[in-house]
Amino acid sequence: MSDENSALQKLLIIENAACSSCVEKIERTLSNVPGVDHVSMNFAQKIVVITGTPNDDHLLNALESIGYTGHVADPNKHDVLTEQEHADTTYYKRLMKEAVIALSLGTPLMVYGLFIGEMTVSTNLQRSAWLIIGLLTLGIMYFAGKHFYVGAWKSFLNHSANMDTLIALGTGTAWIYSMTVVFIPDLIPAMARHVYFEATAMIIGLINLGLALEIKARGRTSAAIKRLIGLRPKTARVIRESDEVDIPIEAVELEDLVRVRPGEKIPVDGIVTDGSTAVDESMLTGEPMPVEKQIGDEVVAGTINKSGTFLFRATRVGTNTALSRIIEMVKRAQNSKPSIGRLADVISGYFVPVVMIVAILSALAWLNFGPEPAIAFAIVSATTVLIIACPCALGLATPMSVMVGVGKAAESGVLIRNGEALQTASKITAMILDKTGTITEGNPEVTEIIGTQDWNKNDILRLAASLETGSEHPLALSIVASAKSKDIPLGLVRDFHSITGRGVKGTVDNKTLLFGNEKLMREQSVTIESYVNEAQRMAAEAKTPMYLSVDGILAGIVSVADPVKSDSIAAIKRLQTNGIRVVMLTGDNRATAAAVAKKVGITEYFAEVLPEDKSNKVTELQAQGEIVGMTGDGINDAPALAKANVGFAIGTGTDVAIESADITLIRGSLHGLADAIAVSKATLRNIKQNLFGAFIYNIAGIPFAAGVLYPFFGLLLSPVIAGAAMAFSSLTVVSNANRLRFFKAAEH
Amino acid sequence: MIIVNLIGLVLIVVVVWWFWLYKVKTPDTASGEVIIKVENGVYEPALIRMHEGEKITLIFLRKDRSACSSVVQFDALELSEELPLDKTKSITLDSLDTGSYSFNCQMQMYKGKLIVEDKKNG
Repeated sequence: MSDENSALQKLLIIENAACSSCVEKIERTLSNVPGVDHVSMNFAQKIVVITGTPNDDHLLNALESIGYTGHVADPNKHDVLTEQEHADTTYYKRLMKEAVIALSLGTPLMVYGLFIGEMTVSTNLQRSAWLIIGLLTLGIMYFAGKHFYVGAWKSFLNHSANMDTLIALGTGTAWIYSMTVVFIPDLIPAMARHVYFEATAMIIGLINLGLALEIKARGRTSAAIKRLIGLRPKTARVIRESDEVDIPIEAVELEDLVRVRPGEKIPVDGIVTDGSTAVDESMLTGEPMPVEKQIGDEVVAGTINKSGTFLFRATRVGTNTALSRIIEMVKRAQNSKPSIGRLADVISGYFVPVVMIVAILSALAWLNFGPEPAIAFAIVSATTVLIIACPCALGLATPMSVMVGVGKAAESGVLIRNGEALQTASKITAMILDKTGTITEGNPEVTEIIGTQDWNKNDILRLAASLETGSEHPLALSIVASAKSKDIPLGLVRDFHSITGRGVKGTVDNKTLLFGNEKLMREQSVTIESYVNEAQRMAAEAKTPMYLSVDGILAGIVSVADPVKSDSIAAIKRLQTNGIRVVMLTGDNRATAAAVAKKVGITEYFAEVLPEDKSNKVTELQAQGEIVGMTGDGINDAPALAKANVGFAIGTGTDVAIESADITLIRGSLHGLADAIAVSKATLRNIKQNLFGAFIYNIAGIPFAAGVLYPFFGLLLSPVIAGAAMAFSSLTVVSNANRLRFFKAAEH
Repeated sequence: MIIVNLIGLVLIVVVVWWFWLYKVKTPDTASGEVIIKVENGVYEPALIRMHEGEKITLIFLRKDRSACSSVVQFDALELSEELPLDKTKSITLDSLDTGSYSFNCQMQMYKGKLIVEDKKNG
């Protein structure tokens, strides 16, 4: 981008625009600033794109005059993700600093207590020394642990309790007890005059350390979405007033002509209008081979132009591009929860007050039944119970795994709509596949035409194609395309009727035509007997034969074949190997269905199924106890997709029916099904590990901390160890979820 | 010892009452926009009342850097949004049925409630 051009555009990030009515006010005010040519605000993103050469201060002053604040962003550098990363890094550094401060007091104290001397108060000198250390610990509590205490207090006032409450109570109890020992030792029995300043400092240090490491680990869980967001180019080269200018991506408008050179990312979605090239779409579809693009072909934002320079017309910009919609969907799915996590949510909702009660009961038990010094045991056990309990691990167990799992699936072109779809996909036992466009390419071609005595092939094709101009069916489109490729002029069709599941009817050249399957001919009493064998032979070759009758007399048969996708056979085998019952559905005739099914290794199929009956087939399998996945192209399969336990919409390239299905396969390949199921299973396994770990940790940790092992083995957990365990329990959950990043679906 | 035990039992009663039984004073019904500050472990306000059939925009302003506060989720609405730090994030809710809709962070540490009431009762 040249300097001259970059001066034409400015981005203003509005920080406090809360209502859509602000838009008009902001636009009007800013357009009055000297040097501003045009103002356009995107409310959703709180971004104002300003064309012209205004002064930044003037813009900000104008904004402030109407009660808003904002900052001018460099269009090349503006990136929300970078801001988030920056915020995380700052917070990470702060937590690490606080951890170091706290540990630098806690560690020497702990070493002293373990190996050098006793942490008791017997003499005045000890009292003075411990008083100084107590005050130093108070300083640590303020500088390194203030956020726990403020958070706990605010929650308390709000009648809620959280992790801060437990930490504040645990460390506070230890400190207050220790200071009581220092100031009024006579209140405490001589044996129990022990101080626990090291516990307070160490717990604050370790929990801060755990939080810092958790932030780093959390950053990695969103690696997939970062990669997707990273695909968004920042500028586009558009043609404005016959000049090519680089402008920020936000400023690209519909119908803009955009130039893309080799090696560049395609900035928005559009249709190629000039030139040809090969485009690497692997980042969106997982498809490794570059895709050839000619005039009229669609190109998608975020994909990379490999070879030629070309021009395209922008058809989807801003948040409407396929990439933006994919990012939005992945983000939403990553933040949604499958039902497996509900129990953990319910438990963590009541968890903290329950732990507080357990801590009180534990202290009372020690005071009533414990050995001397009972009060010291009571304080240690109560503090340890408060510190070891970790609701965070429970709360994080599910969302962290979903975050990584959904992101991992997106990397291989599988878009999972929400956590529930992820969970159900892992349990699928039967998969229904639509034939056309799912198992096959969906681009049928005319392969053979047979005419009866008086008819030649071109006349048959002309009449059939003329009649089919009124139809949207893929087979009809292929017949029209075939006639056009032979430069056969088409006639005008009148009285067109589509007969569902049979074919079509209409008048061309004043002749009444019927075009469709054997059923249609028999119902309309057209004699086809002498050609049935030919039709059956075609069907056995996986072609679809269609009869044409003219004024009630058979004129010929047009056969259309839809080639099976190159990897359908292997993908279906993968599903079957994984124990999934694969069933094929098609509206096609029985013989063609049988031929295609045989070719791809499917033994169970339903032919001549009307579109409205597809969902009944789903219900039938469900009634047999199957968890049913239904895969279709998302257009006429919508009811069946909705009925299935998991609906898979299969798209090709960018034709993404994102909103219509539970899971969308961006790439046309059926391998996406096995990938989706595999990643769902891996994610569910990961969630179960996390939940199991979190439950066991709390169920075993709390009684241990309360001292149930003491009567048998004389073991009582130190609060410091509990602090370390709590600090690292959430880290363990996040790290386990991160293992999913290395998950690989089977090679294909 | 009896006194100590009594103090312990009183503390337990206080915990149960304060965190579970205490009826939070219900605020006036809100409409239009409500700004919710996300800071120091709490949503402020954490309880919002509104009338059935009205539209409300909850504007979350996150000031807390903790990782947990970065996502707000409304489980009953299957809605989950990321909250950018030091910035607002608006969530508009329309045509909600009467009932109580909890919202919280992923770890259930931040908790809030949106209560949708019948107009007649409001």
